[in-house]
Amino acid sequence: MSEHAKLRIKFHKTGALRFIGHLDVMRFFQKCLRRAEIPVCYTGGFSPHQILTFAAPLSVGLESLGEYMDVEVSSYTTSEDILRRLNKASVPEIEIVSVKLLPENAGNAMASVAAASYEVSFREGRVPAFFMESDEMIKMELEAFLGRPTIPYVKSGKKGTREVDLKPGIFSLEWFPGQKCFHMLLDASSGDNVKPSQVLDAFLSARGECLPENSLKILRLDTLTRAPHGDGEIGELISMDSVGEIF
Amino acid sequence: MNHEKLALSEDILMQIEKPARYIGKEYNSVVKDLKDVDVRFAMCFPDVYEIGMSHLGIQILYDMFNGMDGVWCERVYSPWLDLDAIMRRDHIPLFALESQDPVKDFDFLGITIQYEMCYTNILQVLDLAQIPLLSKDRTDSDVIVIGGGPCTYNPEPIADFFDVFYIGEGETRYQELIDLYRKHKKAGFHRDAFLREVSHVPGMYVPSLYEVTYKEDGTIQSFLPRFADVPAKILKEVEMDLSNTYYPMKPLVPYVKITQDRVVLEIQRGCIRGCRFCQAGQLYRPVRERDVEKLKEYAMTMLKNTGHEEITLSSLSSSDYSKLPELIDYLIEECAKQHVNISLPSLRIDAFSLDVMSKVQDVKKSSLTFAPEAGSQRLRNVINKGLTEEVILHGAHLAFEGGWTRVKLYFMLGQPTETEEDIRGIAELCNKIAAEFFDTVPKEKRVNGRVQIVASTSFFVPKPFTPFQWAPQCTKEQFVEKAYFTRKCISEQLNQKSIKYNWHEADASVMEGVLARGDRRLCEVIRKVYEKGCFYDAWSEYYKHQTWLDTMAECGLTPEFYTSRQRSLDEIFPWDFIDAGVTKEFLKREWCKAQAETISENCKLKCQGCGAARFGGGICFEARNVENE
Repeated sequence: MSEHAKLRIKFHKTGALRFIGHLDVMRFFQKCLRRAEIPVCYTGGFSPHQILTFAAPLSVGLESLGEYMDVEVSSYTTSEDILRRLNKASVPEIEIVSVKLLPENAGNAMASVAAASYEVSFREGRVPAFFMESDEMIKMELEAFLGRPTIPYVKSGKKGTREVDLKPGIFSLEWFPGQKCFHMLLDASSGDNVKPSQVLDAFLSARGECLPENSLKILRLDTLTRAPHGDGEIGELISMDSVGEIF
Repeated sequence: MNHEKLALSEDILMQIEKPARYIGKEYNSVVKDLKDVDVRFAMCFPDVYEIGMSHLGIQILYDMFNGMDGVWCERVYSPWLDLDAIMRRDHIPLFALESQDPVKDFDFLGITIQYEMCYTNILQVLDLAQIPLLSKDRTDSDVIVIGGGPCTYNPEPIADFFDVFYIGEGETRYQELIDLYRKHKKAGFHRDAFLREVSHVPGMYVPSLYEVTYKEDGTIQSFLPRFADVPAKILKEVEMDLSNTYYPMKPLVPYVKITQDRVVLEIQRGCIRGCRFCQAGQLYRPVRERDVEKLKEYAMTMLKNTGHEEITLSSLSSSDYSKLPELIDYLIEECAKQHVNISLPSLRIDAFSLDVMSKVQDVKKSSLTFAPEAGSQRLRNVINKGLTEEVILHGAHLAFEGGWTRVKLYFMLGQPTETEEDIRGIAELCNKIAAEFFDTVPKEKRVNGRVQIVASTSFFVPKPFTPFQWAPQCTKEQFVEKAYFTRKCISEQLNQKSIKYNWHEADASVMEGVLARGDRRLCEVIRKVYEKGCFYDAWSEYYKHQTWLDTMAECGLTPEFYTSRQRSLDEIFPWDFIDAGVTKEFLKREWCKAQAETISENCKLKCQGCGAARFGGGICFEARNVENE
């Protein structure tokens, strides 16, 4: 058993549990950690709570192979032991896949999120007319779309609508004609988060077509952060899982 | 990715509120292999998921059924209005959460009936499940619909919708019922033959086997079994060995936040107090305690198996549990180690409880609750609420010394014999508590300068199997007048600025009264009201009073017959065929004592001969001690 530390826990959220919300996931892990008897650190005060941070919230309806939470513990055994105990206290649809020890100076899970990668496909019977076109045509048009100097998009939220430029938030967008799916690497930082549906909606509406509601099947492949970097430089995007060490 | 079977499509789940209500998969939910299952039981709480999932009884029965070989028990709740509309539009049959299979394909649908205003939701569940609403329209291939819970102590207003009612506590007879079902399945199932034999099982009421006739004045002439082998009286079922019966060591842990999101430890059943308005206090007699060592073990096991961060005690009056200090000391010590909060309900305010509460909650933020139920000592004697002004003021004094500044008080308006003086007593009691604060706490120590007293009143609805089952209920106009008068009296008090007054709406209390003491003729009303689109009546925003009134009129019935009418002592009540343990003679005695403003001592002090001693256990057979109140 070793001393106080911060652990990064990576998990999958799949299947029917794509319909539970972010707050539900947080509540689930608060209980799961207690069932697994992980010695989580608590805040002080009259209503102490576990010191627990989650990376990028996942929208309801999405599945993910790359969710993260950081947890402060007062002692720890081994990655393998904690992984096994957590999975025993979890459900099949939420599978813990790695437990790593974070370096002292690591940013917390929420603040350090920079991007997320997604696999996106159209659900059966919901393929927009344009994507029935030839693969050549699709490829060409997507390239043209990404080549534009700006990609204006009207985001609507709780505080009304505002126009944003999606372009800086789209790090990459690839179409795989064989699997009929996209891979996207998008900004997932809290201020400039871009959603896969916004990208495709912007693309289609430029062609006068609308993205039908609820037409996408989205799997988040991973959540990424910036590698440590010098002043004035931008670190490369790396998996949040690669920050810590197995122990 | 996993492609689990879901009864609802992606499109539906994405457009409704809180889809997590409908997908099952909760931690500790039970999934069995269908090839090992010969009896499928759907257990329903006819209200929204968050309410239904908070109910301890279902967790107990879920655990009990799933512990039986070959039986798979799953859960069903009322779909919320958004999904309800979609299911009707698309003809999607109501499904059970675990398997997502249609309820209509099950063997049993058990419905727990906890309050009268959920009756229309029972029809919603049957309707969405595509099960005929009326028992008489069901065939051999339809599911057996069985009702349980406190409202089944007068099942008559919903008698047409159920094949069987299980009267009493669920731990005792279900195995027998399931075995009987298997026997009939093997022999070739005929619904009528099965139900006939069910009626021989103790505690089972099969409404179709009874015939009711009415007098010209609308009261009951006779209530008789149609056949000689069907019992005329049904004695409630009681689990007498509470320490050695089913208790769920692995309660379900939901994803969405529910009303009761914590471990619930039922420490005892029944109540020694005998308040004359209280139905639960009569129905769950005799008082039976759970062994304290068992409770300690249960608490720790359930916390471990759920990961819950809070535990609460459940009983009608926790302060009367004989080993309460021992249990609470243990919980405080163990829970502190594990960062588990303890929430303490219904404790009598005294030095002990204040000491305990100051240990488990933030005194500055929490409030203390008193339930005097009536404003004057005279009326408190009528209702047999053994709480005196002196005790309340002393409790408040101790609480203010301990740093509390918020007090909640619960009262009922419209209890038998109530006068304006009694109501004025509510305001005066609140005022005295405020004065007690100013006397107790010196000016410089008053945190916010002031004490907050919140007085709430509900309207009294007489219930079957209480001494007040003979009492006329107030009309809506009387209720409203009483609430206005209460408000006026409070506004006249010296410390009125420290007192906040809340009251409930009167409309639903009228209909609750109709249903509580109703008869079989109300089945038609409930069905018609439901067909006009009423359900979720327990939710005041969806309750349509006028529709209920209109429908009663259409059926040739009046609310007054069931509510404000004076009942004679020899009237046959719709629920008289049930033997709830307490005798009608005892209830009559209590009703007369109430009118004479005489109290009855609690079970610990003196046996009042209620009749529950015949169950052969519990408080009735324990040494009585003189306690210091």
